[in-house]
Amino acid sequence: MEWNFAPVLGSMDILLLGLLNTLKVTGLALLFGVPLGLGLALSRLSQMRILSMVAAFIIEFFRTTPPLVQLFWFFFAFPILFGVNMTPFTTAIVTFSIQSSAFFAEIFRSGIQSIDKGQWEGSKAIGMTRNQTLRRVILPQAVKRMIPAFMERSIELLKTTTLVSTIAYTDLMYQANDIAQRTFRPLEVYTVIAVIYFLLIFVFSQLSIVVERRLAKSGEGTVH
Amino acid sequence: MDYNWDFATLFQNWRVFWIGLQGTLLMFGVTAVLGMSGGLVIGIMRYMKTPILAWPARAFVEIFRNVPVLVQIIWFYYAFPILTGVETSPFLAAVLGISLNTMAFSAEIYRAGIQSVEKGQWEAGKAIGMSFAQTMRRIILPVALKRVLPALTNRGIEVFKMSTLASVVAYVETLNQAKLIADLNYNPIESYTAVAVIFFVVLYPVVQATYVIERKLSRSDQ
Amino acid sequence: MTELVKVKNLHKSFGTLDVLKGINLTVEAGETVVLLGSSGSGKSTLLRCINFMETPTEGRVYLNGEAVGDDVNGKMRYKEADLCKLRSRIGMVFQHFNLFPHMSVLQNVMEGQITVLGRRQEEAKDKSMAQLQRVGLAEKASEYPSRLSGGQKQRVAIARALAMDPEVMLFDEVTSALDPELVGEVLKTMRQLAEEGMTMICVTHELGFAYHVANRVLFLNQGEIHEEGQPQALLKTPKTQRMREFLDGHALFKLPE
Repeated sequence: MEWNFAPVLGSMDILLLGLLNTLKVTGLALLFGVPLGLGLALSRLSQMRILSMVAAFIIEFFRTTPPLVQLFWFFFAFPILFGVNMTPFTTAIVTFSIQSSAFFAEIFRSGIQSIDKGQWEGSKAIGMTRNQTLRRVILPQAVKRMIPAFMERSIELLKTTTLVSTIAYTDLMYQANDIAQRTFRPLEVYTVIAVIYFLLIFVFSQLSIVVERRLAKSGEGTVH
Repeated sequence: MDYNWDFATLFQNWRVFWIGLQGTLLMFGVTAVLGMSGGLVIGIMRYMKTPILAWPARAFVEIFRNVPVLVQIIWFYYAFPILTGVETSPFLAAVLGISLNTMAFSAEIYRAGIQSVEKGQWEAGKAIGMSFAQTMRRIILPVALKRVLPALTNRGIEVFKMSTLASVVAYVETLNQAKLIADLNYNPIESYTAVAVIFFVVLYPVVQATYVIERKLSRSDQ
Repeated sequence: MTELVKVKNLHKSFGTLDVLKGINLTVEAGETVVLLGSSGSGKSTLLRCINFMETPTEGRVYLNGEAVGDDVNGKMRYKEADLCKLRSRIGMVFQHFNLFPHMSVLQNVMEGQITVLGRRQEEAKDKSMAQLQRVGLAEKASEYPSRLSGGQKQRVAIARALAMDPEVMLFDEVTSALDPELVGEVLKTMRQLAEEGMTMICVTHELGFAYHVANRVLFLNQGEIHEEGQPQALLKTPKTQRMREFLDGHALFKLPE
């Protein structure tokens, strides 16, 4: 058995394109997932019982069902059910935005709940409304504590995006499958993309550790 | 949305689902046990001051935590046999990928738990003449394990969901069987909805239980 | 004299626990009223019902002659917007300060003026500096609360409340969380406020403050006003056994001869 990286290196442009798509899906899912998660968290904490229960159900449902099942559902079932066309790309964005929003919602919730009750009292006493208090007092403090958990979840999201290859979206994983089949060099191809993923994610997670240390030093507690 | 739901075909195929569910449970059982027991060993190694134990453990954790599970499974299925000459079945490839990833994640959980135990406990153990291993086993671990129970349960939930990834290398589990039924009967809506509901029904009580455990532990720690 | 705060037949219960059982209280403009009582007597709850930090179960509250809330067929309705307005007119200072840690001292004092009263940035800033001057902390304006001592934090909290131009100030055990050597500076600020004619209702364990500064002292016991009167008379010669026991409990308390 001898290693031969030439075919893989010859297809590096295709792999890079895949990497770009991986980052694109991750970035867009974050872009939609974070605000959606905030909305879910606020609904969950709302005093309106029905709103809170609906939000809780959505959060728990998307946290307990496997992302691959969600992906298949949005790809195969959703278009028939609602008569819309779903490309692999839109499926990926829709699925991962909602899936990660459920996790972000829990981060937001524990961040908001970690803020001392006195902060609500102090704001209430000077006549601030619930919304003003959330926006001006609670969230600015909570967000800082949530940063490490956010980064951790974003890294998980990046890893989860490999699933989009199963519905033929041309992410890094899919491109690797493609090259492996064409060149008959699965060992080299899959080893190379494992290394790419490793480096990418390792850098991100080291970065998040640095940020977490900084926050810890500035005396801020964090939530997970 | 005037779609006519047809769950009848699904019920006719309940055996197909049942076989899938057994595959899911087997995959979960094997990977959870391997991952969480192996993780304990690696977690303790990472905690040790001896570099020859701590560094390989650290490398292990970084590699298997940072490479996506799907990439690992595929690697073990397609690349590993070429490298070693050992054929990997879909089951083996998935078990390797999921277990190694779980070991890496749970190692970090155990380590955090061990580190959370007060220094005074180590000193108390030492003071009555206990060895490192004795103190670890009799004093530190019982406290640490109790504290990491919620995190470990959460990991277990992730492992259960991860079992669906085995379908990518055609291991027979719930999602794989649902795909089969969907393709044969042209009913993807019902099949995939059914899988989602099955996972939700199984995991929802577990998630609720973790909330209860968390609340109880935080109370008993005070 | 105008009746600034009036509380009529106030009841408050938490579940089956009746904390306040029909309180009647009138506070005139410029008065300093001290509420005494052991823990669980309901004194803090009474204070928190006046600005609706807690909603009373029964009874009515009047500020400057206006009743709070709407009587809808004998059931009280309180609109959240009205309550916010009410709270902006009543200053409150807490035991644990509740300053906003992510804002500087100046921003803390400006916050309510801008978000609640809609004051312009410049006006709010001038007002804040004036109030910080008043509590002797103008030079700390750009510091963050974490850099202040407990006593300083509490004086900032007082400035924050004063900057809203409140009609009355509520003090809820504001010295209880302080180190003994820091209590004095806060009490001094409060005394100065009282002397300037601010209307104040204070829950406190500082009997010396009650003796020297209050116009009137109320002793609460099991959710009712048990005894009330001039501080000098009441603290030296309590009429009831219960109040005597309470005063004896504060063993360090020595009255001037």
